[in-house]
Amino acid sequence: MLWIDCPWCGPRPETEYRYGGEAHIARPDPAATDDAGWADYLFMRTNTKGVHAERWMHRDGCRRWFNVLRHTVSNEVLAVYPMGTPRPETPRLPGDGAEGA
Amino acid sequence: MAEQPVPQSPLASLADALAATGADGVTLAACPARARLNLRLDPEDGGALEAAGAALGGTLPLAPNTATAAADGWSILWLGPNEWLVCGPADDGAARAGALEAALAGTHHAVTDVGAMYTTLTLAGANARTVLMKGCRLDLHPRAFAPGACAQTALARAQVILHQIGAEPVYELTVRNSFAHYLASWLLDAMAEYRPA
Repeated sequence: MLWIDCPWCGPRPETEYRYGGEAHIARPDPAATDDAGWADYLFMRTNTKGVHAERWMHRDGCRRWFNVLRHTVSNEVLAVYPMGTPRPETPRLPGDGAEGA
Repeated sequence: MAEQPVPQSPLASLADALAATGADGVTLAACPARARLNLRLDPEDGGALEAAGAALGGTLPLAPNTATAAADGWSILWLGPNEWLVCGPADDGAARAGALEAALAGTHHAVTDVGAMYTTLTLAGANARTVLMKGCRLDLHPRAFAPGACAQTALARAQVILHQIGAEPVYELTVRNSFAHYLASWLLDAMAEYRPA
């Protein structure tokens, strides 16, 4: 069971949250994007082994979205930060994949 | 002449079972209908916070997971950084909503009457905390959750607004109507071990 620090409500168990997939995926302009670019936006994710930026929503609590940095091997939650802010720097950890940190 | 529909509590069919509780340190009761207003405003918006507090005769709590008492038996529960639940006597709801609307005119806000959406249960007694702990993962120890604390969380997988109103302890559980019968049944089952043989 993950324990995630909701930025508003404090530490709560994973079962209170809804997972929202990878964070920081910018929606391209549909008029200026070809099919391949649009498919890339819709379907392609990094599948990171290591530190992964992802979105979570506190479904059973304040119902607000925020970003979490989680290590996909150890499941350690490294940072919680608001929507719309850049991904914070994290130190490299043992077990980080090529795309970690 | 057509008959007028009479509002019925979703807990009506459990009335006898609820009335039979209380024998050994824990009592579950259905609260009478009450007014509930969902209030949203920007606390940074100069004056809106104070105006809403003045209209309610109290102060809107800004500390997460806390509730404050307001005038005339009303209480204000923190739900989020710009969201509160305002609860009070059922016959006073429309007047209070009007007073809030008048006080907040010109600010970016929303006052929504959600009174008919929820049912409130009271769980009280020395064993109330251990009953809640069977289905709630929050730390309910008095050092972490004391009178005046409130939280939106999951109890037996149902979304509830948990508000501790007394040190005995006494908890108020505000739950959606559609979950009320399930949650009350679950609580009655969780309380069974404390019932004298």
